[in-house]
Amino acid sequence: MPDDGGLNGSSVAAPAPGRLRRLLTSEHLSGWTFVLPAVILIVVFGLIPIAWGLILSFQKAGLISPEREWVGFENYARIAADPKARQAAVNTIVYTLLFVPISILASLLVAHALNRRIALIRFYRLAVFIPVVTSTIATGIMFLWLFDKNFGLANWALGKIGIGPFGFFEDPDQAMVSLVIMTVWGWLGFDTIIYLAALQGVPPELTEAAAIDGASRWSSFWRITWPMLGPATLLLVVWSTISALQLFDEVFFVTHGGPLGRTSVVVFYVYRLAFEQGLGGLSLAGYAAAIAYVLFLVILLLTLAQFWLARRVVHYTS
Amino acid sequence: MTTPATSVITESPAAETRVDPRTLPGEVGMVERPRRRFLPFDPWHLFLAPLAVVWLVPLLWMVVTSLETPSETLRFPPVLWPESLRFGNYLDVVRDSAFGTWFWNTTVVTVTVVSSNLVLCTLAAYAFARIRFLGRTFVYFVLLATLMVPLQVVLIPTFLIAKDLGLLDHLGALIVPNLASVFGIFMLTQFFRTLPIELEEAARIDGASRLSILLRIVVPLSLPALATLAVIQFLWTWNDFLWPLVTILTNQGAFTLQLGLATFQGAHQTQWHLVAAANLMSMVPMIVLFLAAQRAFVRGIATQGLKG
Repeated sequence: MPDDGGLNGSSVAAPAPGRLRRLLTSEHLSGWTFVLPAVILIVVFGLIPIAWGLILSFQKAGLISPEREWVGFENYARIAADPKARQAAVNTIVYTLLFVPISILASLLVAHALNRRIALIRFYRLAVFIPVVTSTIATGIMFLWLFDKNFGLANWALGKIGIGPFGFFEDPDQAMVSLVIMTVWGWLGFDTIIYLAALQGVPPELTEAAAIDGASRWSSFWRITWPMLGPATLLLVVWSTISALQLFDEVFFVTHGGPLGRTSVVVFYVYRLAFEQGLGGLSLAGYAAAIAYVLFLVILLLTLAQFWLARRVVHYTS
Repeated sequence: MTTPATSVITESPAAETRVDPRTLPGEVGMVERPRRRFLPFDPWHLFLAPLAVVWLVPLLWMVVTSLETPSETLRFPPVLWPESLRFGNYLDVVRDSAFGTWFWNTTVVTVTVVSSNLVLCTLAAYAFARIRFLGRTFVYFVLLATLMVPLQVVLIPTFLIAKDLGLLDHLGALIVPNLASVFGIFMLTQFFRTLPIELEEAARIDGASRLSILLRIVVPLSLPALATLAVIQFLWTWNDFLWPLVTILTNQGAFTLQLGLATFQGAHQTQWHLVAAANLMSMVPMIVLFLAAQRAFVRGIATQGLKG
């Protein structure tokens, strides 16, 4: 992901036989003055929570009550024996396995379609991009209404072609797929923008040369364009996987984990334990923090694994 | 909107029609040939037009619903075009809910957070890009590492910090933790490093201070990058749900639009004409900003993607 911005090559000169006075009037002081406000904020609200989360995961702790008691690995042991935690893990994996490939393949197709100079192209792009700026709650409201079991437009339109009616979010077997459809609607524009920018970085001479040599469009896409989209695809796979694993807003608002816990994903379960039951007085914050930390480690390992894999298959230019 | 020469996403030059003499008739080739145009328009319209319609339907259906009567919304098959356009639904939402308060709160939070990010991230990024100070590389990497950790997985400790600082239940909880962002620092540092350093060096020889170099030379050259940061930060803050959900617990006077909307929908389950009107009103500022600054949005997402 982020590189170092080229900072490696210009590391700080070793402190010369420096005197305090020179240090204070020097670049060191102005540098620190410039970064300090931002650094303090990020340390307090970004860095400390990472360490505190780890500490909490070894404690029996409440959200509001001051109670803090060391329990060792008890919280972690408890995860393995908790059927609801297992259900949340399974739901999260199912969602991720559906969302990531569908959204990426769809956006590749859409970006390819949008990457041409034809009439109405600005309108088409706008239609795909608008959901990017639509909030998760606004999206949730739109799809709750669209997918309403009794009065929704979706059941009416599908009825016209002879299928349905569907329960969508209210049907235990359809709720997860409905969530996937809704989130793909919301994310497609984001992925498409990235693919579109990457497609425009593919030099037309390459595909033209392939065409002259008699390559079909299909093979010139898979042999030239697709490898050159490698960095963009890697980014989208990593990004979509991370965001899929931490799905929350849509589940909280649209299905609230139901029906029958079939959409209860990990972050939602953590929220439920810590906040809905925690504010009710139960001391589950430590246990919830342990689940969150496991998720954190999974995300970290997956990301590293994806980059490791990518180094072997992704082709970087310049 | 955009001129092809400068926009990030331009129409592909490859789509121009060229005739390749070596492509045999009937052979599938890269090059567009007039012979294959059996339709009076580009065949991709057959894919793109339905796609655009499907993608706009949820939004258009909200617009239609927001103009219906309560009984029209509860009919099946659905009423696709209401008998009379009830713009009064919008007034009803404003009158019967705290919509004005939610809108005002969200505006205050978003404007404060965006302005503060512009200032604090610019200062920090400039130092990371240009000033050699002790610990620079180390601090920069530590900040970058936090970029990898989403709020969702550190929600509980972050909440406890906000609680200990006495931020819960008022707008401070939504403002203070977001005054500076690692993303902003990272993006601006990358951008500042691409600026030519000669002007700044000349100004330093003339005795200008770091701050005046930043304000008079760097910032004017960085307006596109700052605009990009502003719109992306605006988007995140305006649409944020999880953090307001956990920090604004009981004080309805500090509700944001997203919190208010979620509550409103819960309380008016069957009054879809009102929910739709409220929802659309909450989206207007974001959509207007998007239409006005589409280029900055697209650049923000594309550069975030390509440089990340």
